[in-house]
Amino acid sequence: MDDLIAFFSFQDPNVRYVAAGSVLLAVSSALVGCFTFLKKKALVGDAVAHSVLPGICLSFLLTGTKNPFYLIIGAFVTGWLALVLIDYITRSSKIKEDTSIGLILSVFFGIGILLLTMIQHSGNAAQTGLDSFLFGKAAALVGQDLIVFSAISILLVIVVFLFYKELALISFDENFAKSIGYPVKRLELVLTTLTVLAVVTGIQAVGVVLMAAMLITPAAAARFWTDRLGVMLLIAAVFGAISGISGAFISYTAPAMPTGPWIVLVVSMLALISFFVAPGKGIFYKIYRQYQIRKRILSENILKLFYQLSEEDGDHQKSRNIEELRTKRPIELKALKKGLRRLLLQGYLRINDNKWSLTTEGKIKGQRIVKLHRLWEVYLTQYLRIAPDHVHEDADNIEHILTPELESRLEALLQYPASDPHSSAIPYDQNMTKN
Amino acid sequence: MDSFYIIATGSLVAISCGLLGCFLILRKMAMVGDAISHAVLPGIVIAFLISGSRDSFTMLIGAGIIGVLTTFLIEFFHKKGNLQSDASIGVTFTWLFALGVILISVFAGEVDLDQDCVLYGEIAYVPLDLWIGTNGVIYGPRPLYVTGGVLLIVLLFITLGYKELHVTTFDPAFASAIGISTALWHYLLMSAVSLTTVASFESVGAILVVALLIAPPATAYLLTDNFKRMLGITVILGVLVSFTGYYLAVWLDGSIAGAMSTMAGVFFTLAFIFSPVDGLLAKQIARRKEKSVKSLV
Repeated sequence: MDDLIAFFSFQDPNVRYVAAGSVLLAVSSALVGCFTFLKKKALVGDAVAHSVLPGICLSFLLTGTKNPFYLIIGAFVTGWLALVLIDYITRSSKIKEDTSIGLILSVFFGIGILLLTMIQHSGNAAQTGLDSFLFGKAAALVGQDLIVFSAISILLVIVVFLFYKELALISFDENFAKSIGYPVKRLELVLTTLTVLAVVTGIQAVGVVLMAAMLITPAAAARFWTDRLGVMLLIAAVFGAISGISGAFISYTAPAMPTGPWIVLVVSMLALISFFVAPGKGIFYKIYRQYQIRKRILSENILKLFYQLSEEDGDHQKSRNIEELRTKRPIELKALKKGLRRLLLQGYLRINDNKWSLTTEGKIKGQRIVKLHRLWEVYLTQYLRIAPDHVHEDADNIEHILTPELESRLEALLQYPASDPHSSAIPYDQNMTKN
Repeated sequence: MDSFYIIATGSLVAISCGLLGCFLILRKMAMVGDAISHAVLPGIVIAFLISGSRDSFTMLIGAGIIGVLTTFLIEFFHKKGNLQSDASIGVTFTWLFALGVILISVFAGEVDLDQDCVLYGEIAYVPLDLWIGTNGVIYGPRPLYVTGGVLLIVLLFITLGYKELHVTTFDPAFASAIGISTALWHYLLMSAVSLTTVASFESVGAILVVALLIAPPATAYLLTDNFKRMLGITVILGVLVSFTGYYLAVWLDGSIAGAMSTMAGVFFTLAFIFSPVDGLLAKQIARRKEKSVKSLV
């Protein structure tokens, strides 16, 4: 608890630096990541993160200093080159995009490692700490570094806001953007530049491998909550900020804990929660909806079954026991019993002496399903020329989905056919007349 | 002798990775290989903690399980969550990798592993890691046996399952039509990739594994249109990469794994420009010929 107060009072300048740095980096990469995510280029961030290493080493070899400004320029050059090469290889050979991403990523990183070890073996004392670029040292961000990185992060946020409309357009519909005269090539370049800048700055905090997460994960999580780009950017930024501050806090309370991996772990947890519980797109919601649909299909099938049976012996009020139902259509016993009880509660069925019969509402509903099934069979045979013995299964599926609007359009289109391809009568509602 | 051991280990890893990589890149799953090679980290650490030793069989199993779990999670988020596949890969492996790094920091005292070694490996230590029998007999470097064993498993897997792997790679619809389960072979291939990755990890590191999974097969793909020939060229390239990479590293006094990845890139670049089938030059010449033919007409 003391730690919590000590941390969030931001009295300690070191805490201020680390917290501000982590949050800025996380937010700016989350914003840029939304656009690369929407362009389906999420893994490009991973490639850039690996490709900046040779640039950092080359820049150190050439200038001989660890000045963050020079290192960033070096990183920027090779990161950018990597993106251009990925694009070029994909466009001008049969190599697919994912292969060229993996290829450039590993080869550039390999070159980087080779250069890094050469520098280390050369015995240059100034080189110590160069490999913090590999794993990230957010907790050690101080003074000069922080000013440079914060400046870049703020610049990123400003550029995203200035080019919001243009970036949105090329992320969603590049061809449309091209057709209405947007300079798509130049805008792509802006996005590429933003991505590389975000990676170059973020790597300081979380390291090479985890930088990809800073770009992809907040965007992927935010996408589950909304369909609007503006909201998505906001949610991604908030997730980024939460994880940035938590990572900084965890490594403040437990100094042996690495900041970067904790930032990534927190944002990944937020993403996992989003994947499962987000309304509409979340996995739980989908499972629930599937369960609902299965329940409805079962109810409709049972009512249809009653109706078909009563058609055979012309008595819609007749009571039937479970065995009789199951000889016509082998529904699993447990599911059938559950379905029957549900329909009883809903007022579609009556029970008398362990025998079930249709109520008037039940009859109307069952009749409608049978009608839809047979109408669809007529439609398939007449309009799609499908053989009558091949249409049953398809109709079995579609009968649960057809809306009343489609129903009346089908009726009109087929001109109220009297019977289906198997010459069973199509039951229309008595109160309805052909008009 | 030391150089021989290093080049031999590198070649064995390169051949295992390359053969599996051929299937991966044709299935558009190159990045799944990358993901597995990073995501097995927590598996290695946990297996390490349980077994308490490096050369234990548990380590292979533990990390192998995590590897397959990774591909399962990727599929799960992609299919059930409707998350686009590249993002699904990215979210899954970074999360597991972060977990692995945190586990290493928590158990730093108990685990004889560090991040540097995991990421870029230290193949230079291969000759030092000797397998010494109970009676004091030295049988040679242990990694040589491990990577050799893995290559044997990979070869056996590809030979026995060649037909199934081939058909599920090139025509999954036909495969399911004739009753070959694409899911089963997907997970078998992923298990093989995980196993290879884990076994190669300490000797060559994650990055070289990725480079060897992707670069030689991609190079071979540019050189031929015949799949069997592609496998053959990949094997040759794997050995060439290890050989030239080792000497590049000696010459520059740098990381051997880094140098091998670099050489893999050099071979790819050469094929990209000079391949008689698909190279830039060949295409340029073809275009010029076409132009001159047109001007004659």
